[in-house]
Amino acid sequence: MRAKSPTEVTEVHGRLSRRALLLGGTMLAFMTGLGFRMRHLQLDQADQYRLLAEENRINIRLIPPARGEIFDRNGIVLARNEPSYRVTLVPEDAGDVDAVIDKLATLVELDPNELDRAVTEMRRSPPFLPVTIADRVSWDELSRVAVNTPSLPGITPEVGLSRYYPLRGDLAHVLGYVGPVSDYDLSKIDNPDQLLRIPRFQIGKVGLEGRMEDDLRGVAGTKRVEVNAVGRIMRELDRREGEQGDDIQLTIDQSLQSYAQARLGEESAAAVVMDCETGDLLAVASAPTFDPNLFVEGISVADYGELTGDDHRPLAAKSVQGTYPPGSTFKMITALAALEEGIIGFDDTVYCPGHMEISNRRFHCWKRGGHGQMNLVQALRESCDVYFYDIALQVGIDKMSEVAARFGIGEKFDLPLSGVARGLNPSREWKNSVRGEDWVVGDTANASIGQGFVLASPLQLAVMTARLATGKAVPPRLVKSINGVEQPIAEAPPLDISPTHLAEVQRGMYAVSNHRRGTAYSKRIIADEYRMAGKTGTSQVRNITAAERARGVTRNEDLPWNRRDHGLFVNYAPFDNPKIAVAVVVEHGSGSKAATPIGRDITLQALYGGTPPLSAYPTKDRNSIEKQQEELEKLVPGREITRRNRA
Amino acid sequence: MSYLEYNVKHVPTGLRKVLHLNWALLLLITAVAGVGFLMLYSVAGGSFRPWAEPQMKRYALGVFVMLFVAMVPIWFWRSISGFAYLVTLVLLVLVEVMGSVGMGAQRWIDLGFMRLQPSELMKITLVMSLAAYYDWLPTEKTSKPLWVLIPVLLIIIPTMLVLRQPDLGTSILLLTGGAIVMFLAGVHWGYFAAVISMVVGLVVAVFQSRGTDWQLLKNYQYRRIDTFLDPSSDPLGAGYHITQSKIALGSGGWTGRGFMQGTQSRLNFLPEKHTDFIFTTLAEEFGYVGAVSLLSLYALIVVFCIASAISNKDRYSSLLILGIAGAFFLFFAVNMSMVMGLAPVVGVPLPLVSYGGSAMLVLMVGFGLVQSAHVHRPR
Repeated sequence: MRAKSPTEVTEVHGRLSRRALLLGGTMLAFMTGLGFRMRHLQLDQADQYRLLAEENRINIRLIPPARGEIFDRNGIVLARNEPSYRVTLVPEDAGDVDAVIDKLATLVELDPNELDRAVTEMRRSPPFLPVTIADRVSWDELSRVAVNTPSLPGITPEVGLSRYYPLRGDLAHVLGYVGPVSDYDLSKIDNPDQLLRIPRFQIGKVGLEGRMEDDLRGVAGTKRVEVNAVGRIMRELDRREGEQGDDIQLTIDQSLQSYAQARLGEESAAAVVMDCETGDLLAVASAPTFDPNLFVEGISVADYGELTGDDHRPLAAKSVQGTYPPGSTFKMITALAALEEGIIGFDDTVYCPGHMEISNRRFHCWKRGGHGQMNLVQALRESCDVYFYDIALQVGIDKMSEVAARFGIGEKFDLPLSGVARGLNPSREWKNSVRGEDWVVGDTANASIGQGFVLASPLQLAVMTARLATGKAVPPRLVKSINGVEQPIAEAPPLDISPTHLAEVQRGMYAVSNHRRGTAYSKRIIADEYRMAGKTGTSQVRNITAAERARGVTRNEDLPWNRRDHGLFVNYAPFDNPKIAVAVVVEHGSGSKAATPIGRDITLQALYGGTPPLSAYPTKDRNSIEKQQEELEKLVPGREITRRNRA
Repeated sequence: MSYLEYNVKHVPTGLRKVLHLNWALLLLITAVAGVGFLMLYSVAGGSFRPWAEPQMKRYALGVFVMLFVAMVPIWFWRSISGFAYLVTLVLLVLVEVMGSVGMGAQRWIDLGFMRLQPSELMKITLVMSLAAYYDWLPTEKTSKPLWVLIPVLLIIIPTMLVLRQPDLGTSILLLTGGAIVMFLAGVHWGYFAAVISMVVGLVVAVFQSRGTDWQLLKNYQYRRIDTFLDPSSDPLGAGYHITQSKIALGSGGWTGRGFMQGTQSRLNFLPEKHTDFIFTTLAEEFGYVGAVSLLSLYALIVVFCIASAISNKDRYSSLLILGIAGAFFLFFAVNMSMVMGLAPVVGVPLPLVSYGGSAMLVLMVGFGLVQSAHVHRPR
């Protein structure tokens, strides 16, 4: 290799230096470019990007308000909120979902049904949304999960509030229940509250919970939280508290309600107890009943199937939704219509041969042999059908219908309950417009004894009885106060019925229960201060056919259950100073004898404010009543019930 | 040139060499590394673990390595340049054959105590070998086609190997770094014009080949290009990196949100916040002022290297210094372009700042060579 001359070296190095400077210049130019780009991003567009960063970082979360609680008239809790612990899983964070669930299963007892539901939900929803894996876990289980969260990716133990009905079935039909918001619920609401978008938020579905949802729900609070890229909350920035829902106090008396429910037992029956003066509904029972707590977190298909498959229809609120032909309990209306119209006097009598021919058809009295000569009080006392056929044909359906309306038959009462029934107070116009047929005298005869077209709910019968007792148009009332504000008791206008006419009908009702020949005499009250006035009723579901009679079926009890007659009993007490009105309907109870003792027992329970002394009962009943009282006391809840804590 | 051509008499010996180090350069490097420690401390949420502390240890080791390399005479390094290149090439082939598989790309050989990335090492040894080649080559032959082909092959072979791994970022760095040395050595303009047209042709080919059997890039690389061209098309998927990175940069403003107050990085919106995207955290927390300061530090390092190269009369030393400075420039230029949304996300770390051992050590070896050339420069 030859040596390079110094000039050559200098020349070569010079070229290198020139190119090095050129390169350096290019580099610096590029860096300047980067500087300008940075300037553009960081200064010119700073506001825009800062906003984006805030949007990234800050999330607004809703704080669900505590739902209003429901109390009875004495402050006993009927519906409250309990802390509910659940475990949720975010599939995205979990990675291997099955492995995480397997691990979780060693800490918490997982319900296979719940798990199936969760897996389906996971498939449908985006992977970053939490899915409830275990609901209503115990505090111990929750703690175990909380301690182990580092090894359970995607699992979060959560604390929320869940509805709880301490009385279980005892007031299920009035309270209704809450349940997780469904797509169907949302579709019914035009501009849904943001709260309803919270997964599994509990919304009132039926009953009071459903009808008074707006009062009970409250207003959501909000909190601004800082979240990280995966949505985990890092800290709370600020919060605006919501408003908790309004507490609602009902007119219901829990102890009476529980007693009534227990007394109805497994019969398919309903009972309504109303305060005669104020219209306060003290008990609204429907049997058989169900546990509304089953619905709170979403009912299982098996449980729901069991409830809907039962021919005694436990889900139906028979006391307000069920309508029945009132049968003989309607006879007071017929009597008052005739008295007001001046057709009959108190002592006018009708001869009952056991039947009556009306337009070539034979209408029977329940007593085939006939009652003989009957005046008004006697006809009510012994429930003579022929007497009422006779006076009804004279007074006509128009007057009867008008009087019935005054007593609340066919009126839809404005109560915050689901499906409050209107019933049916038939008239010529009704039959013409709805059925396209003319009213015939046979219809009037049927209506006179509460058969045919007439339909009334147990609630309406209780209202009717209260009005009979007071002579005032007492409306029923269920809500006593909202958030501590007492709801007004509606002024009860007079019924515009002659007091002497009313007194005569009341005498007839008194005789039903207290005269030796009265239809409810055997189930009377003998405590003098609590004597009751009432009326029994039997409403036919169908007639016993000739073929059945030939087979030897003469007694109603021999028929299949769902073809037997309904039993009804209405009463008020005490007779001298009416305090409560009671209506009882026992579906397919084979006549009034199923309803009368229930009405009597509930009346006594209400008047004594607890278990009545045996001395209030007729002597021959006392042994069986004593046994019955012991049985029922076991059924009525006591320990679990908590009183409202007034701060 | 032979050993004797250096004016050995004036070259410092023994520990006196330490006094002749380019101390300003070392200071600048330390300042940049310091910024790195600060940011790693911040992205860990105000903790030396898990990143700042190991990074500091590595830097200490790096300084030691740099000093060691600097103490060894530059002529020794020149004499092993070709050999070092060959060894690195063999290692590159080795990772191709038996390297451990990680992150979908074979990039390192597990030495037990550390993972060696031959592609990182290649950035230095390629520059060394090219510098040695042009030092050896008589200047009049520099632009002769045959003598141009040799360095082109020296560049292309490792580039293709790295591209196969696949590591687009490093292969671009190798290609451009090699070209810079060739340019400095005085290769005729025409060749560069030809290469640039070739690159343009290649880009066209890359796009044309998409979806065919002979597709040149992996699908994820195509997606990166798509996202680069239109990041808003997929803000939560492929464009997420760039979108979030720009948000972080942009929300910094003039002076930033303050140390450890960057919400984008602290709340994990930024991916790779401690490695490739660490610059965004700096820009978010210290704003435009902080970002420009770091850029200026880098610029100063480059300027000091160029000054050192120009004042060095030894051709090998000059080329080596400039080559390393060029590689260093490419490192941060590509990284910054990437996080600012000017270049595709190709996976190039921010030199001396990003968390990572292999890159840091290789850079320190490079700066050791620069120091050695400086210490042993002809006087």
